Amino acid sequence: MSPLDRKLLRDLGRIKGQVIAIMLVIGVGVMLQVMMSGLVASLSETQRAYYERNRMADVFAPVTRAPQSQLARLSQIPDVARVEGRVTGGALFDLPGEPIPIRGKAVSLPDQGEAAFNAVYLVEGALPAPGARDEILLLAGFAEANGYGLGDRIDVTMNGTRRTLRIVGLAEAPDLLFVAAPGEMVPDPARFGVIWMRRNALSAIYDMDGAFNEALFSLSRLAVEAEVLDRIDAVLDPWGGTGAYGRDDLVSDRFVQEEIGGLATMSRAVPPLFLAIAAFLLYIVVSRIVQGEREEIGLLKAFGYTGAEVGAHYFKMVLIVAVGGAALGCALGILSGRAMIPVYTQFYNFPFLVFRPDPASFVIGVSASIAAASAGGVFVLRRVFALEPAEAMRPPAPADYSRTITFTGRFGRMLDQPTRMVLRSIARQPLRAAALAAGIMGGMALASAMTTIYGAFDRMMALSFSVIDRSDATVYFTRPLGEKAALELARIPGVIAVEPMRNVSAVLRNGLKTHRGAVSGMIANPEMTRAIDADHAPIPLPAEGIVLGQALADILEIGPGETLTVEVREGRQPVLEVPVARVASSLLGAPAYMRLDALNRAMREPGRISGAHLQVDGNRADEIYRTLKDMPSVAGVSVAETARESLQKLMDQGAGSARYIMGAVAFIITFGIVYNAARIAQAERGRDLASLRVMGFSKGEAGFVLLGELAVITLVAIPLGSALGYALSFAIAAGFSSELYQIPATFDPFSHGFAASFVLGAAVVSGLLVKRDIDRTELITVLKSRE
Amino acid sequence: MPVAFTTRDLTKTYGEGRSAVHALRGVDVEIPAGEIVVMLGASGSGKSTLLNILGGLDRPSSGTVHFRDLCLTDLNDARLTRFRRQHVGFVFQFYNLMPSLTARENVELVTEIAENPMAPEEALEVVGLKQRVDHFPSQLSGGEQQRVAIARAIAKQPEVLFCDEPTGALDSATGRAVLEVLHEVNARLGATVLMVTHAANIAGMAHRVIRLADGQIREVEVNATRIAPAEVVW
Repeated sequence: MSPLDRKLLRDLGRIKGQVIAIMLVIGVGVMLQVMMSGLVASLSETQRAYYERNRMADVFAPVTRAPQSQLARLSQIPDVARVEGRVTGGALFDLPGEPIPIRGKAVSLPDQGEAAFNAVYLVEGALPAPGARDEILLLAGFAEANGYGLGDRIDVTMNGTRRTLRIVGLAEAPDLLFVAAPGEMVPDPARFGVIWMRRNALSAIYDMDGAFNEALFSLSRLAVEAEVLDRIDAVLDPWGGTGAYGRDDLVSDRFVQEEIGGLATMSRAVPPLFLAIAAFLLYIVVSRIVQGEREEIGLLKAFGYTGAEVGAHYFKMVLIVAVGGAALGCALGILSGRAMIPVYTQFYNFPFLVFRPDPASFVIGVSASIAAASAGGVFVLRRVFALEPAEAMRPPAPADYSRTITFTGRFGRMLDQPTRMVLRSIARQPLRAAALAAGIMGGMALASAMTTIYGAFDRMMALSFSVIDRSDATVYFTRPLGEKAALELARIPGVIAVEPMRNVSAVLRNGLKTHRGAVSGMIANPEMTRAIDADHAPIPLPAEGIVLGQALADILEIGPGETLTVEVREGRQPVLEVPVARVASSLLGAPAYMRLDALNRAMREPGRISGAHLQVDGNRADEIYRTLKDMPSVAGVSVAETARESLQKLMDQGAGSARYIMGAVAFIITFGIVYNAARIAQAERGRDLASLRVMGFSKGEAGFVLLGELAVITLVAIPLGSALGYALSFAIAAGFSSELYQIPATFDPFSHGFAASFVLGAAVVSGLLVKRDIDRTELITVLKSRE
Repeated sequence: MPVAFTTRDLTKTYGEGRSAVHALRGVDVEIPAGEIVVMLGASGSGKSTLLNILGGLDRPSSGTVHFRDLCLTDLNDARLTRFRRQHVGFVFQFYNLMPSLTARENVELVTEIAENPMAPEEALEVVGLKQRVDHFPSQLSGGEQQRVAIARAIAKQPEVLFCDEPTGALDSATGRAVLEVLHEVNARLGATVLMVTHAANIAGMAHRVIRLADGQIREVEVNATRIAPAEVVW
């Protein structure tokens, strides 16, 4: 090893704290890049392959009951490549030991061979035997969550009749990547089941012999989807078609796409931020080293080393840090990517999902690190080249402070000398001070924003389950019933209050913007489930008009006073023009609220309800749920507590869990910046400090000069960072928010206080680390050495 | 004549075992107050170590140091700091001025914390820099910077002024000017001046010359006649 390389290693060892801090910042940036782009690649590639292999349909057309003969008409629609009918229906699972009936659906399998679309992926077992009436495939995720296996029997109520069915296989399907019970926004593998049965068996149950109630299509490559959808609707309308929709409107596909899109956005935006910070840190650290080694540089040049050789020596240092950090990041990225995979397999029913890092992400990560680090290094190397051997061997002239601040005013005269030193130092290199402040500000902003987001997740839960929805349970009927049904519920012992409601599935349209969802009809002054305004005050529902949740208003780009088109997909399927009365703050889902009576009037179905919210005596809850389970009119019950738990789980283990990674990252960066700032102060002020100590300044007094600049910069950066963090928290909240849940960002004093304490704490710890080193150094050695 | 410093069997060892360096090996010396004392010796003779221990910058491995009646070896860190703050001033080969403070402000750095300081302007006048009080170090020559350092050291009216190679980085003319100032400080303020140098010629201006070799005092010589700083040959 050449002596220069040995020097390089020892130099790195000497400043290992700083080297580690910078490597961590680079590493974290590359880690996020590798992890996120790897997840994007793995998820989208898996999804693509799965869709292709299992022939995911392009278009879905639900219909009440259409004769098989209509398929021929559908297949003649231009641009329809292929069409197939199938039978689906609601199912209610009765699991032993589970007081609540669990909702689900049944899907037909062709009597012979494989389905043309949405072919099942058999995880275990075999397809039901042709002609078998009691053999089913069960959704693998549901089976696992509830402890079912091959050969087990399960009680399922379909079309009002209860049957005991035998599980012959566990399966998944491409249109069921993500499942959640209708009306329930939160996915929970244990709480929504899917079974597959042979077509003739299922047709018998749902009275669909010679008919279908869902048509699936593939389209030709150049098809204009909207036109095809219109033509399909025209054919199916007489048979009770409730509106064909494309794959993009399939809830399962939409959530997966949203997840992939969110990851892709973050993987593009976040890593460059880290690399920029790392480049800046490297620049100041290496420039400090070069400044301190002028003599050595001069000596090397005097010996005959060329500027390029000496430059290469210092550039190697930059490269080692950059490549080391990037390598660390790649390793961490693979590990964290692998760790994230179970999160996705838990919430999404992928038949196979292997984390395959995107090879490009390594190349990008490493080369971006090197580029960022070099950008920092180039400025320093220019100085190395410019240094003349003779000049380098002379001690540097004192830094010129003559053009800074004179302190002649009355205020200036009041300042003591240590304070003047601190202020002049900032004034002499305002850009550097600003850059340092910007770094700390960035850390503070990230930290405060992420802490705000933590709080916001909790507030979302609290608001959703104690302000917006205060019911204990919600009962869904199999079909709209008369208002009397609510009275029946009220008579169940232990039920304290009942609030009838009606959910009507509909397509909401504002010009070109549409949303497939539902309109919730609620009583005039609901006590349990309410629309609330930004101040959490309940919004009284107007006699006419509709109140939209913020998420929905955003999707439809509509506001109060405008008219919304509601294409109802139930009953007579009326198309309503409803004025938007208010926009409510909503945190879960994308709700639309109307007065129950107004909704029923518009539907021309007076006095109908599709379910009810309940308040129940907690001690008798199980008993109540068991009663509900036995009521044939009840299609399902969702219990607030269970929903809350699954949401909490989703946010802690699912997509929301990224907030912990980002939070950790924010704190690592902040510490890295502050620690480096303190080390740089040490390098620059070490000599001054020794002088002060010799003059009789105490350690504390001298420490002020050493760290005063950092303190001033930190104190300036904290409020600015707090303001930036406030703005950032909205952006991050928007990034985390999905149609499923919205994260409400507000100014959260606790979060900002916490982040500020952390920044101050990081400054204090860094200061102490530096001070410990200073206390160890010999005053004399410093003072008798040349700078 | 009263005694400023007394040392008894002073030793200082750096490191341990075989690699130990014995910088001082049993030094007994008395330094009278009010004199200019020059310590001469080759590199490694222990002269700087002795100066640092007397000045409260370093501690001996064994033995005692008294400043008048005050036993320096018994003092903790904080009290040693107070000793430096109240009684002694330092001048080094490299001036160690604060580049961000003007000449006056560098002096004020000390007068702000000293108990009975002279006016900063007065200290700068003693070193002949009255005209350049508002200049920053970057605007001063090497000799001027060293004179500011001396002004800073004497502004607290110290009883003792420690100078470690004060002319080491200066040319002959500026060096002589600095020696003039030190002479002046001794004569006018009555401060004891303890100077470490390896320029033997400077010894001529001292009251007393202490020669060290291998960590021990070889010779203490009292000059019968002293030469003026201007006569010091470089």
